[in-house]
Amino acid sequence: MGFQGVKEGFITSRLDEMVNWARRNSLWPMPMGISCCAIEMMSFAGPRFDVSRFGSEVFRFSPRQSDLMIVAGTVTYKMAKVVRKIYDQMPDPKWVMAMGACASSGGMYRSYPVVQGIDLFVPVDMYVAGCPPRPDAVLKGLMEIQKKIARGEPPGQKVSYIDEGVSVERQGSRKAFEEV
Amino acid sequence: MKDRVLEKLSKKFKTSILAVEEFAANPKLYATDLVVTVKKSDLISICEFLCSDAELRFDSLRDLMGIDQYLPEDRYEVVYNIYSLRNNFRLFLKVKVDEHDLKVPTVVGIWPAANWLEREAYDMYGLVFEGHPDLRRIYMPEEFEYFPLRKEFPLMGIPGSLPLPKK
Repeated sequence: MGFQGVKEGFITSRLDEMVNWARRNSLWPMPMGISCCAIEMMSFAGPRFDVSRFGSEVFRFSPRQSDLMIVAGTVTYKMAKVVRKIYDQMPDPKWVMAMGACASSGGMYRSYPVVQGIDLFVPVDMYVAGCPPRPDAVLKGLMEIQKKIARGEPPGQKVSYIDEGVSVERQGSRKAFEEV
Repeated sequence: MKDRVLEKLSKKFKTSILAVEEFAANPKLYATDLVVTVKKSDLISICEFLCSDAELRFDSLRDLMGIDQYLPEDRYEVVYNIYSLRNNFRLFLKVKVDEHDLKVPTVVGIWPAANWLEREAYDMYGLVFEGHPDLRRIYMPEEFEYFPLRKEFPLMGIPGSLPLPKK
Protein backbone atom coordinates (compact mmCIF):
# COMPACT_ATOMS: atom_id res chain seq x y z
CA MET A 1 0.00 0.00 0.00
CA GLY A 2 3.03 2.23 -0.39
CA PHE A 3 1.60 3.95 -3.43
CA GLN A 4 -1.46 5.42 -1.69
CA GLY A 5 -0.22 8.97 -1.90
CA VAL A 6 0.86 8.64 -5.51
CA LYS A 7 -1.78 9.95 -7.88
CA GLU A 8 -0.27 8.55 -11.04
CA GLY A 9 1.26 5.25 -9.95
CA PHE A 10 3.58 4.29 -12.78
CA ILE A 11 7.15 4.72 -13.85
CA THR A 12 8.58 4.43 -17.31
CA SER A 13 11.66 2.40 -18.11
CA ARG A 14 12.99 -0.08 -20.62
CA LEU A 15 12.07 -3.69 -20.00
CA ASP A 16 15.73 -4.74 -20.18
CA GLU A 17 16.64 -2.34 -17.44
CA MET A 18 13.83 -3.56 -15.23
CA VAL A 19 14.88 -7.16 -15.73
CA ASN A 20 18.54 -6.34 -15.12
CA TRP A 21 17.62 -4.37 -12.01
CA ALA A 22 15.81 -7.42 -10.68
CA ARG A 23 18.65 -9.77 -11.63
CA ARG A 24 21.44 -7.77 -10.12
CA ASN A 25 19.65 -7.26 -6.83
CA SER A 26 18.88 -10.93 -6.35
CA LEU A 27 22.07 -12.72 -7.40
CA TRP A 28 21.73 -16.00 -5.63
CA PRO A 29 25.14 -17.59 -5.21
CA MET A 30 26.00 -21.23 -5.64
CA PRO A 31 28.67 -21.83 -2.97
CA MET A 32 31.25 -23.95 -4.77
CA GLY A 33 33.38 -24.06 -1.62
CA ILE A 34 36.19 -26.46 -2.41
CA SER A 35 38.81 -25.48 0.14
CA CYS A 36 39.92 -22.77 2.55
CA CYS A 37 38.51 -19.78 0.57
CA ALA A 38 35.11 -21.17 1.53
CA ILE A 39 35.74 -20.00 5.09
CA GLU A 40 36.06 -16.41 3.86
CA MET A 41 33.01 -16.97 1.69
CA MET A 42 31.05 -17.90 4.83
CA SER A 43 32.27 -14.74 6.48
CA PHE A 44 31.15 -12.80 3.40
CA ALA A 45 27.67 -14.25 3.90
CA GLY A 46 27.65 -13.79 7.67
CA PRO A 47 26.42 -10.83 9.72
CA ARG A 48 29.70 -8.91 9.87
CA PHE A 49 30.09 -8.34 6.13
CA ASP A 50 26.46 -9.13 5.43
CA VAL A 51 25.97 -9.82 1.76
CA SER A 52 22.21 -9.54 2.22
CA ARG A 53 22.71 -5.79 1.78
CA PHE A 54 23.19 -6.66 -1.88
CA GLY A 55 20.40 -9.19 -2.12
CA SER A 56 22.72 -12.18 -2.34
CA GLU A 57 22.23 -13.74 1.06
CA VAL A 58 20.31 -16.70 -0.33
CA PHE A 59 23.01 -19.31 -0.74
CA ARG A 60 21.39 -22.09 -2.70
CA PHE A 61 22.91 -25.53 -2.48
CA SER A 62 21.12 -26.46 -5.67
CA PRO A 63 22.58 -25.15 -8.93
CA ARG A 64 19.10 -24.97 -10.41
CA GLN A 65 18.15 -22.06 -8.18
CA SER A 66 21.31 -19.97 -8.43
CA ASP A 67 22.76 -17.34 -10.78
CA LEU A 68 26.31 -16.84 -9.54
CA MET A 69 28.81 -19.62 -8.98
CA ILE A 70 31.54 -18.64 -6.52
CA VAL A 71 34.38 -21.09 -7.07
CA ALA A 72 36.22 -20.81 -3.76
CA GLY A 73 39.21 -23.08 -3.62
CA THR A 74 41.70 -25.32 -5.35
CA VAL A 75 40.21 -27.09 -8.36
CA THR A 76 41.87 -30.40 -9.18
CA TYR A 77 41.40 -32.20 -12.48
CA LYS A 78 39.15 -34.66 -10.72
CA MET A 79 37.00 -31.85 -9.31
CA ALA A 80 36.90 -29.95 -12.63
CA LYS A 81 34.33 -32.38 -13.99
CA VAL A 82 32.09 -31.69 -11.00
CA VAL A 83 32.49 -27.90 -11.25
CA ARG A 84 31.62 -28.02 -14.95
CA LYS A 85 28.61 -30.27 -14.30
CA ILE A 86 27.25 -27.89 -11.69
CA TYR A 87 27.88 -24.94 -14.00
CA ASP A 88 25.97 -26.71 -16.76
CA GLN A 89 23.05 -27.34 -14.41
CA MET A 90 22.63 -23.66 -13.56
CA PRO A 91 19.92 -21.87 -15.54
CA ASP A 92 20.91 -19.02 -17.86
CA PRO A 93 21.95 -16.28 -17.38
CA LYS A 94 24.75 -17.31 -15.04
CA TRP A 95 27.91 -15.69 -13.78
CA VAL A 96 31.10 -17.18 -12.40
CA MET A 97 33.43 -15.69 -9.83
CA ALA A 98 36.90 -17.22 -9.43
CA MET A 99 37.61 -16.50 -5.80
CA GLY A 100 41.23 -16.57 -4.70
CA ALA A 101 44.55 -17.41 -6.27
CA CYS A 102 43.92 -21.16 -6.73
CA ALA A 103 40.69 -20.80 -8.69
CA SER A 104 42.09 -17.93 -10.74
CA SER A 105 45.45 -19.41 -11.72
CA GLY A 106 46.26 -22.55 -9.76
CA GLY A 107 47.88 -20.35 -7.11
CA MET A 108 50.74 -21.90 -5.23
CA TYR A 109 49.79 -25.35 -6.52
CA ARG A 110 51.88 -25.32 -9.66
CA SER A 111 51.80 -29.10 -10.02
CA TYR A 112 50.22 -31.94 -11.96
CA PRO A 113 46.85 -32.48 -10.22
CA VAL A 114 45.68 -28.85 -10.03
CA VAL A 115 43.97 -27.04 -12.92
CA GLN A 116 45.93 -23.86 -13.61
CA GLY A 117 42.89 -21.58 -13.53
CA ILE A 118 39.21 -22.48 -13.85
CA ASP A 119 38.95 -20.37 -17.02
CA LEU A 120 40.35 -23.42 -18.81
CA PHE A 121 36.94 -25.07 -18.58
CA VAL A 122 34.30 -22.48 -17.54
CA PRO A 123 33.91 -18.84 -18.64
CA VAL A 124 34.82 -16.54 -15.75
CA ASP A 125 33.39 -13.05 -15.19
CA MET A 126 35.34 -11.97 -12.15
CA TYR A 127 38.69 -12.89 -10.68
CA VAL A 128 39.20 -11.95 -7.04
CA ALA A 129 42.85 -11.90 -5.99
CA GLY A 130 44.07 -12.97 -2.58
CA CYS A 131 45.05 -16.09 -0.71
CA PRO A 132 42.38 -16.08 0.56
CA PRO A 133 40.76 -12.77 -0.46
CA ARG A 134 39.24 -10.75 2.34
CA PRO A 135 35.44 -10.84 2.45
CA ASP A 136 35.33 -7.18 1.44
CA ALA A 137 37.22 -8.02 -1.76
CA VAL A 138 34.59 -10.66 -2.49
CA LEU A 139 31.89 -8.07 -1.80
CA LYS A 140 33.60 -5.74 -4.24
CA GLY A 141 33.66 -8.53 -6.80
CA LEU A 142 29.96 -9.05 -6.32
CA MET A 143 29.31 -5.32 -6.75
CA GLU A 144 31.32 -5.32 -9.96
CA ILE A 145 29.24 -8.19 -11.29
CA GLN A 146 26.14 -6.17 -10.38
CA LYS A 147 27.52 -3.26 -12.40
CA LYS A 148 28.14 -5.54 -15.36
CA ILE A 149 24.55 -6.73 -15.22
CA ALA A 150 23.34 -3.14 -14.94
CA ARG A 151 25.23 -2.31 -18.12
CA GLY A 152 23.55 -5.24 -19.81
CA GLU A 153 26.72 -7.16 -20.59
CA PRO A 154 26.22 -10.82 -21.41
CA PRO A 155 27.87 -13.18 -18.93
CA GLY A 156 31.25 -14.73 -19.66
CA GLN A 157 32.30 -12.11 -22.22
CA LYS A 158 34.22 -9.42 -20.42
CA VAL A 159 36.91 -10.27 -17.93
CA SER A 160 37.57 -8.21 -14.84
CA TYR A 161 39.39 -8.69 -11.62
CA ILE A 162 39.58 -7.34 -8.10
CA ASP A 163 43.12 -6.65 -6.99
CA GLU A 164 43.56 -5.30 -3.47
CA GLY A 165 40.39 -3.25 -3.66
CA VAL A 166 40.95 -1.92 -7.18
CA SER A 167 38.76 -3.20 -9.94
CA VAL A 168 40.08 -3.48 -13.45
CA GLU A 169 38.06 -4.31 -16.50
CA ARG A 170 39.31 -5.43 -19.85
CA GLN A 171 37.69 -6.68 -22.95
CA GLY A 172 38.46 -10.04 -24.46
CA SER A 173 39.72 -13.47 -23.65
CA ARG A 174 42.28 -14.44 -21.08
CA LYS A 175 45.01 -14.53 -23.71
CA ALA A 176 44.40 -10.93 -24.65
CA PHE A 177 44.25 -10.19 -20.97
CA GLU A 178 47.74 -11.58 -20.42
CA GLU A 179 49.21 -9.69 -23.34
CA VAL A 180 48.19 -6.29 -22.00
CA MET B 1 62.53 -52.01 24.45
CA LYS B 2 64.67 -51.49 21.36
CA ASP B 3 67.12 -54.20 22.33
CA ARG B 4 64.31 -56.57 23.19
CA VAL B 5 62.68 -56.11 19.77
CA LEU B 6 65.97 -56.62 17.96
CA GLU B 7 66.80 -59.64 20.08
CA LYS B 8 63.46 -61.31 19.45
CA LEU B 9 63.53 -60.51 15.75
CA SER B 10 67.06 -61.69 15.11
CA LYS B 11 66.46 -64.85 17.09
CA LYS B 12 63.54 -65.89 14.94
CA PHE B 13 64.42 -64.32 11.57
CA LYS B 14 68.18 -64.25 11.56
CA THR B 15 68.61 -64.69 7.81
CA SER B 16 65.86 -62.35 6.66
CA ILE B 17 67.11 -59.16 8.32
CA LEU B 18 69.19 -57.24 5.79
CA ALA B 19 70.06 -54.11 7.74
CA VAL B 20 69.38 -52.35 11.01
CA GLU B 21 69.63 -48.58 11.29
CA GLU B 22 69.87 -46.87 14.63
CA PHE B 23 70.40 -43.44 16.03
CA ALA B 24 74.09 -44.02 16.75
CA ALA B 25 74.83 -44.65 13.07
CA ASN B 26 72.35 -42.30 11.46
CA PRO B 27 71.93 -38.89 13.11
CA LYS B 28 68.82 -38.20 11.04
CA LEU B 29 66.89 -40.61 13.23
CA TYR B 30 65.54 -39.99 16.70
CA ALA B 31 67.08 -41.77 19.66
CA THR B 32 64.22 -44.21 20.01
CA ASP B 33 63.89 -44.96 16.30
CA LEU B 34 64.66 -48.38 14.92
CA VAL B 35 64.65 -49.07 11.20
CA VAL B 36 64.86 -52.71 10.14
CA THR B 37 65.21 -53.69 6.50
CA VAL B 38 63.90 -57.16 5.79
CA LYS B 39 63.67 -59.51 2.84
CA LYS B 40 60.54 -59.18 0.78
CA SER B 41 59.88 -62.91 0.80
CA ASP B 42 59.74 -63.03 4.60
CA LEU B 43 57.76 -59.84 5.11
CA ILE B 44 54.44 -61.51 5.87
CA SER B 45 55.80 -63.95 8.43
CA ILE B 46 57.72 -61.16 10.17
CA CYS B 47 54.67 -58.91 10.26
CA GLU B 48 52.51 -61.71 11.59
CA PHE B 49 55.05 -62.42 14.29
CA LEU B 50 55.36 -58.75 15.31
CA CYS B 51 51.61 -58.29 15.41
CA SER B 52 50.71 -61.43 17.30
CA ASP B 53 53.66 -61.88 19.67
CA ALA B 54 52.34 -61.62 23.21
CA GLU B 55 55.18 -59.44 24.42
CA LEU B 56 55.79 -57.15 21.43
CA ARG B 57 52.21 -56.68 20.20
CA PHE B 58 52.82 -54.31 17.28
CA ASP B 59 49.08 -54.10 16.76
CA SER B 60 48.81 -50.74 15.04
CA LEU B 61 49.92 -49.80 11.52
CA ARG B 62 50.38 -46.06 11.68
CA ASP B 63 51.59 -45.40 8.17
CA LEU B 64 52.75 -47.11 5.04
CA MET B 65 54.58 -45.31 2.27
CA GLY B 66 56.50 -45.91 -0.88
CA ILE B 67 59.84 -44.28 -1.66
CA ASP B 68 61.52 -43.90 -5.03
CA GLN B 69 65.27 -43.90 -4.44
CA TYR B 70 65.98 -43.76 -8.19
CA LEU B 71 68.78 -46.32 -8.00
CA PRO B 72 69.60 -48.89 -10.71
CA GLU B 73 68.93 -51.72 -8.26
CA ASP B 74 66.24 -51.94 -5.63
CA ARG B 75 64.79 -48.69 -6.81
CA TYR B 76 61.70 -48.60 -4.61
CA GLU B 77 61.16 -49.05 -0.91
CA VAL B 78 58.07 -49.63 1.14
CA VAL B 79 58.20 -48.40 4.72
CA TYR B 80 55.83 -49.77 7.34
CA ASN B 81 55.47 -47.56 10.39
CA ILE B 82 54.14 -49.90 13.06
CA TYR B 83 53.47 -49.10 16.67
CA SER B 84 53.04 -51.11 19.83
CA LEU B 85 50.44 -49.48 22.04
CA ARG B 86 51.31 -51.73 24.95
CA ASN B 87 55.03 -50.92 24.92
CA ASN B 88 54.81 -47.38 23.52
CA PHE B 89 57.35 -48.31 20.88
CA ARG B 90 57.55 -47.55 17.19
CA LEU B 91 59.30 -49.67 14.58
CA PHE B 92 59.98 -48.92 10.92
CA LEU B 93 60.06 -51.98 8.71
CA LYS B 94 61.55 -51.49 5.27
CA VAL B 95 61.27 -53.64 2.17
CA LYS B 96 63.26 -53.04 -0.99
CA VAL B 97 61.49 -53.49 -4.30
CA ASP B 98 63.22 -53.80 -7.64
CA GLU B 99 62.02 -51.92 -10.70
CA HIS B 100 61.55 -55.14 -12.67
CA ASP B 101 59.55 -56.87 -9.97
CA LEU B 102 57.07 -54.42 -8.49
CA LYS B 103 55.16 -57.02 -6.52
CA VAL B 104 54.94 -56.68 -2.75
CA PRO B 105 52.85 -58.98 -0.53
CA THR B 106 49.94 -57.17 1.07
CA VAL B 107 49.61 -56.74 4.83
CA VAL B 108 45.86 -56.04 4.77
CA GLY B 109 45.27 -59.44 6.38
CA ILE B 110 47.38 -58.41 9.38
CA TRP B 111 46.52 -54.71 9.72
CA PRO B 112 43.28 -53.70 7.90
CA ALA B 113 44.50 -50.08 8.01
CA ALA B 114 46.87 -51.00 5.19
CA ASN B 115 44.01 -51.11 2.68
CA TRP B 116 43.92 -47.44 1.65
CA LEU B 117 47.61 -46.87 2.39
CA GLU B 118 48.58 -49.60 -0.05
CA ARG B 119 46.19 -48.14 -2.59
CA GLU B 120 47.99 -44.83 -2.19
CA ALA B 121 51.41 -46.43 -2.72
CA TYR B 122 50.03 -48.19 -5.79
CA ASP B 123 48.58 -44.93 -7.12
CA MET B 124 51.75 -42.93 -6.65
CA TYR B 125 54.50 -45.48 -7.47
CA GLY B 126 52.80 -48.35 -9.26
CA LEU B 127 53.78 -50.89 -6.61
CA VAL B 128 51.53 -53.92 -6.95
CA PHE B 129 50.39 -55.26 -3.61
CA GLU B 130 49.64 -58.91 -4.22
CA GLY B 131 46.51 -60.21 -2.52
CA HIS B 132 45.08 -56.75 -1.87
CA PRO B 133 41.26 -56.98 -1.86
CA ASP B 134 40.65 -53.81 -3.87
CA LEU B 135 43.77 -52.46 -5.55
CA ARG B 136 42.54 -49.34 -7.38
CA ARG B 137 43.83 -45.80 -7.63
CA ILE B 138 42.83 -43.70 -4.64
CA TYR B 139 43.73 -40.09 -5.58
CA MET B 140 44.18 -39.89 -9.33
CA PRO B 141 41.35 -40.63 -11.78
CA GLU B 142 40.91 -44.27 -12.77
CA GLU B 143 41.89 -43.66 -16.38
CA PHE B 144 45.21 -41.96 -15.51
CA GLU B 145 48.13 -43.92 -16.96
CA TYR B 146 51.14 -42.65 -15.03
CA PHE B 147 52.51 -42.88 -11.50
CA PRO B 148 53.10 -39.29 -10.43
CA LEU B 149 55.55 -39.67 -7.53
CA ARG B 150 58.08 -41.58 -9.61
CA LYS B 151 61.16 -39.47 -10.14
CA GLU B 152 60.88 -39.37 -13.93
CA PHE B 153 57.37 -37.90 -13.82
CA PRO B 154 57.46 -34.15 -14.57
CA LEU B 155 56.11 -31.82 -11.89
CA MET B 156 53.56 -30.23 -14.21
CA GLY B 157 52.33 -33.60 -15.42
CA ILE B 158 52.04 -34.93 -18.93
CA PRO B 159 49.94 -32.68 -21.19
CA GLY B 160 46.68 -34.25 -22.18
CA SER B 161 46.92 -37.10 -19.67
CA LEU B 162 44.17 -35.61 -17.49
CA PRO B 163 41.23 -34.49 -19.66
CA LEU B 164 39.35 -31.30 -18.81
CA PRO B 165 35.68 -30.70 -19.63
CA LYS B 166 35.10 -28.72 -22.81
CA LYS B 167 34.58 -25.01 -22.40
